[in-house]
Amino acid sequence: MSILVDKTTRLAVQGITGREGSFHTQQCIAYGTKVVAGVTPGKGGTTHDGIPVFNTVVEAVEKEGANATMIFVPPAFAADAIMEAAAANIALIVCITEGIPTLDMVRAATALSRSQSRLIGPNCPGIISPGQCKIGIMPGRIFTAGNVGVVSRSGTLTYEAVWQLTGLGIGQSTCVGIGGDPIIGTNFIDVLKLFEQDPQTRAVIMMGEIGGTAEEEAAKFIQENMKKPVVGFIAGQTAPPGRRMGHAGAIIAGGKGTAAEKMEAMRQCGLHVVASPAEMGRSVSQVL
Amino acid sequence: MKLHEFQAKTILAGFGVPIPRGEVASNPFEVYDIARRFNGTVVVKAQIHAGGRGKGGGVKLAKSPEEAEAIAREMIGMTLVTHQTGPEGRKVQRVLVEEGVRIQKEFYLGIVVDRASQKPVFMGSPQGGVDIEAVAAQTPHLIFKEYIDPAIGFQPFQARRLAVALGVGAEQLSSATRIMIGLFRAFEATDASLVEINPFLLTEDGKWLALDAKVNLDDNALFRHKEMLLLRDFNEEDPLEIRASRYGINYIRLDGTIGCMVNGAGLAMATMDIIKLAGGSPANFLDVGGGANAEQVRNAFQILLADKNVKAVLINIFGGIMRCDIVAGGVVEAAKALGLNIPVVVRLEGTNVEQGREILQNSGLKFTVADGMKDAAEKAVALAARGESIVHSR
Repeated sequence: MSILVDKTTRLAVQGITGREGSFHTQQCIAYGTKVVAGVTPGKGGTTHDGIPVFNTVVEAVEKEGANATMIFVPPAFAADAIMEAAAANIALIVCITEGIPTLDMVRAATALSRSQSRLIGPNCPGIISPGQCKIGIMPGRIFTAGNVGVVSRSGTLTYEAVWQLTGLGIGQSTCVGIGGDPIIGTNFIDVLKLFEQDPQTRAVIMMGEIGGTAEEEAAKFIQENMKKPVVGFIAGQTAPPGRRMGHAGAIIAGGKGTAAEKMEAMRQCGLHVVASPAEMGRSVSQVL
Repeated sequence: MKLHEFQAKTILAGFGVPIPRGEVASNPFEVYDIARRFNGTVVVKAQIHAGGRGKGGGVKLAKSPEEAEAIAREMIGMTLVTHQTGPEGRKVQRVLVEEGVRIQKEFYLGIVVDRASQKPVFMGSPQGGVDIEAVAAQTPHLIFKEYIDPAIGFQPFQARRLAVALGVGAEQLSSATRIMIGLFRAFEATDASLVEINPFLLTEDGKWLALDAKVNLDDNALFRHKEMLLLRDFNEEDPLEIRASRYGINYIRLDGTIGCMVNGAGLAMATMDIIKLAGGSPANFLDVGGGANAEQVRNAFQILLADKNVKAVLINIFGGIMRCDIVAGGVVEAAKALGLNIPVVVRLEGTNVEQGREILQNSGLKFTVADGMKDAAEKAVALAARGESIVHSR
């Protein structure tokens, strides 16, 4: 078991013919992901590295049975790509693109709320169920199958945590990078709910960062709804207020969204809060 | 991207928001002329990218052109410190000279995107003219909100509902509604991340005025607002941050002694945190980006070393798709090209880490190779402390 993606996932790649899209599609295939179609408007009817390319997502669904997409479309067109996938009833949309205008994402979020689709991202590394399916840009090699669920707002910080876990001989059920933007399709609570229900997952590590109140809300959800142990880390304990720390969503505004507040909320809700990023793996090993 | 008050007001005026008569000047003689033309009391306002100017002496009333000139002479070129500038403050380059107005009542209007509801939210408060964050903290019931469905847009009834909640009288209801709709149009049309009028003023003779205004633009949307790029004020930005942005490097200067180079924003923040936990202080946030290559590493190095407070460098790269041997090659090349003379601690992990470490060890340069984040931070802190003591003993 795992959440959201597994061996049955049939992936289409929107923007497959671009440099990034092309490279990471090959990496996903090498990992074992079933990539069944590509979508690039104007290149329908051709093939790219042996994968059939279509002009529209709906064709990829009808002709190849795609049930998930991975989006590598440039920021100016990415929200449109998300809405196209939702309109084609794709169950899982993973948007890697960084730098999408916030108001574009506001519209896309509204379209998604009226669809059956789930969006992961944007501005995220993607999702992986080790040994089964990888949709995204993470280095597949560092992951091992196991029973720890990983959810994070950041890419390389996820790799760091997974590296520590794998080094301690602890495998992962599914790792979800929810993305560093202010408007994202899937939040901590959505993923935590799925981990709580997943029989394979025995513990969870969530890595948040400064900005917004998503971590506080997740902590409250954990206290009220989860039996499985959760380890929490917040990046940005030393971040100055009012500055955007790389991620568009990582900004302390009006004294709100600080790491200290988030860590305190997590502690009060019974999470195992780890202050040092070097201790993430060990902290998980203690709750298993 | 942040804009100046006078720029924000010009934009809002284009959407039907009434603003006081005013002109921008960078010379006290100009200020005299403007004040004489306005023929009455004027307000001289320092134009910097920070709030809280009034308390810091950046907003002053002048009853005559001579007084306006004298105020401007003091204000232009001064370093203004407010609760938003940090202790180093900002140098005032320009002032806005505005006609004085008679105040009946002050309100607050603002629009941002609310993360939780994933919609723009229009906020209003009868507590205008004061720090709105203080209002939110102390009297949250005095902030009224309308959420906007992007598929439907901001509707007149929502504006009316807000205006009524704010206590706007019957005779001003329709004009207030019209201005609020204009404000939302400005928010959407410019891809703003924040528009704010504080105070939104009702004058003694019953007219509305945006007495102070703020517009922040969404950096991600600037590609479709080329005209806005002309409004960027480089004087308001750190020179190193400007250089970094040219290379697509995310860099924020801080006041510590350990320069950090990391790939990925989350890991970069976590690296700053672990430096602090080890007893040191980070000199910066720096994300070289996911596809960091040798050239990018060199650019990042140059920026780090240009900060004279940096006593040691900590490189923390998690090579995922990016291989460690490539990163190590870039680090060695950059160090040689730049003639490094401060200690560099390197922590590499991920793909081809063994080859990467070998390249560093065989480079003939004195890198300190660390094992894990904790070890890297402790080594960097120790080396930076030694570097400082050398400087002090001279």
